[in-house]
Amino acid sequence: MKTIDTHDIDLRPVSKIVSEYGSGQDSNLIAILQQTQDEYGYLPKQALKEVSRLMDVPLTRIFGIVTFYSQFTLVPRGRHAIKICTGTACHVKGVNEVKQKVKDQLNVVEGETTADYQFTLETVACIGTCFLAPVMMVDDRYYGKLTTDTVTDIVDGYSDDNT
Amino acid sequence: MLKSLKSYDDLVSMRKSYDKKHKQDLVKVSICMTGCRALGAEEVYDEFRKQVKKQKLQDKVEVIETGCQGLCARAPVMTIDPPGVFYGRVTVDIVPDIISSTVLKGEVINKLCYAAAGKKIPYLKDIPFYSKQKKIVLRNCGIVDPKNIEQYIARKGYTAFAKALFDLEPEGIIKEITKSGLRGRGGAGFPTGLKWEFCRKAKGDIKYLICNADEGDPGAFMDRAVLEGDPHAVIEGMLIAARAIGSEKGFIYVRAEYPIAVEHLKNAIAQARKLNLLGNNILGSGFNFDLEIKMGAGAFVCGEETALIASIEGKRGMPRPRPPFPANSGLWGKPTNINNVETLANIPTIISEGSEWYKQLGTKNGTGTKIFALAGKVKNTGLVEVPMGTTLREIIFDIGGGIPGRREFKAAQMGGPSGGCVPAEHLDLPIDYETVKEVGAIMGSGGLIVMDSDTSMVDISRYFMEFVQEESCGKCVPCRVGTKKMLDILTRITEGNGCRSDIEDLKEMADVTKTASLCGLGQTAPNPVLSTIRYFMNEYEDLLK
Repeated sequence: MKTIDTHDIDLRPVSKIVSEYGSGQDSNLIAILQQTQDEYGYLPKQALKEVSRLMDVPLTRIFGIVTFYSQFTLVPRGRHAIKICTGTACHVKGVNEVKQKVKDQLNVVEGETTADYQFTLETVACIGTCFLAPVMMVDDRYYGKLTTDTVTDIVDGYSDDNT
Repeated sequence: MLKSLKSYDDLVSMRKSYDKKHKQDLVKVSICMTGCRALGAEEVYDEFRKQVKKQKLQDKVEVIETGCQGLCARAPVMTIDPPGVFYGRVTVDIVPDIISSTVLKGEVINKLCYAAAGKKIPYLKDIPFYSKQKKIVLRNCGIVDPKNIEQYIARKGYTAFAKALFDLEPEGIIKEITKSGLRGRGGAGFPTGLKWEFCRKAKGDIKYLICNADEGDPGAFMDRAVLEGDPHAVIEGMLIAARAIGSEKGFIYVRAEYPIAVEHLKNAIAQARKLNLLGNNILGSGFNFDLEIKMGAGAFVCGEETALIASIEGKRGMPRPRPPFPANSGLWGKPTNINNVETLANIPTIISEGSEWYKQLGTKNGTGTKIFALAGKVKNTGLVEVPMGTTLREIIFDIGGGIPGRREFKAAQMGGPSGGCVPAEHLDLPIDYETVKEVGAIMGSGGLIVMDSDTSMVDISRYFMEFVQEESCGKCVPCRVGTKKMLDILTRITEGNGCRSDIEDLKEMADVTKTASLCGLGQTAPNPVLSTIRYFMNEYEDLLK
């Protein structure tokens, strides 16, 4: 996977986020990291170092948190996040075939980003919309009752040529 | 404009003035704007608003955006009252027709009605899906606008809290909850009153109250629906709990995967603060309590009490051995009480109606109601609230409408990855905490996934093992290694490479993992394997041949 040079990122948003929560409150670390990720789209190493410096918390502890929770990512993600639900209802209604179709279409596996940074494919254990099973989210939109036919068109609709 | 309420009388007069302001003869069009958003509810709602404005019907119609109305299978859904019809699969282009015939003339549009056995059932009260339910926790869900505290107050919201605040002592509240027989709805079923009492009696200057809204069981979505559809019920439950245990600070730990729930909660907390139902000197009583939302970051194990506490403290969400229990040493080492969303949403009704009334519902081992998230191979997927002691047959066939297609019911998976499957032979079992345990499943949080003859039970068993193996935090060896080894065996079997001794190995590893794991995740992880071996050994054998 291609890596992005992170030496020159603007760290001002990090100071702003940390100062909003107060640098002395360790308990806000997760919230601070969530906002930092919202800001950059992922957690660049430089930003984590800056959080560590401002909060006076060892970088190892921050790294421990980031790698524990599945929401955090250390690598840049694509423009669109495809989250395929693999909850029980989706499982029994055949989400595996749907997932395979998307993997083939984008040529990635779970957790990966396409080479052109258009899509990141993720799975999520349940998004709580079991009545739509099998279901996926693209960014903040739900797509339900998927079949191997409909899913291709939905993903196509988001690719660069069509947006 | 919301104005601060300075006394109980202020609350009562606010309720009365809302009733006066809102004419009773309006036609109420209630549109689900939470789960149904996924199938275009927002567009339908916008069109309704547009048409009402265009046709100048503001004096005749009130369009309300509500939470989940339960029958998600028909999304997007709406009710129009009067005449009390329930419509599903509503599209934007049919909105003008609905206004001209149903709203203005009370006529029914047949094609939007619920149908069973080829018969259209236009009125909500006649649809078996609704008529067989008993809604206590979901009493406002799908009826009030969750973003409007006035509507909650109009339906006697916060009066149970006022009763707890002015008419009851903390010990009296705890006594009432204990007498009601309410047990934790998050899964373990611990008596709520007892839990409160432990925390009340624990020594400490500061006590914390936490609402566990980290609904992580795949296939469970009742907490999501309550938070989205009636957030004030949870806040009111928390206020009563806080008064009972003596807490001034609460947290709601909610999954980041539930954006609408977070949005509605934030809004509800802000409104409650404006009315001085949260903050200092609430309703002029001298009682202080405030709330903060903490967002989870995607870790199933954080549903476990001690892991959840670690996560709020800003650490890796890993459990620790108990005792000490959170009631004595929880968040930042202070006495802490943790209750699940559905448990807390039960509290206001118990206080306002009394424990005697509440106890009449359900069975001896499980009083009150339970919400089930009905999904999988069943016609009416959605949310169902029934008295404890209702049978699976009633839930799946009478309320759920049975299995689609010509296939047969095979089993229902209860309690998610910590639970087990209940086969057809136990369809008539009255469900409560103990009966479900006896047949090898657990009540859990109430996820109920229906499987038909097409579903492979070995595959389901492997599916859950893969889930817990991924979610195991890795702190204790039995869970970390046990789940991995069991997954390896199950994968081998599903791929047709299993051998006879695999079943014995599975049973042995299941036993060790259950006995020796640190927390509930590991202790219950083998349940789906054991229960599928118990009831569907033939399916394992077919794959071993």
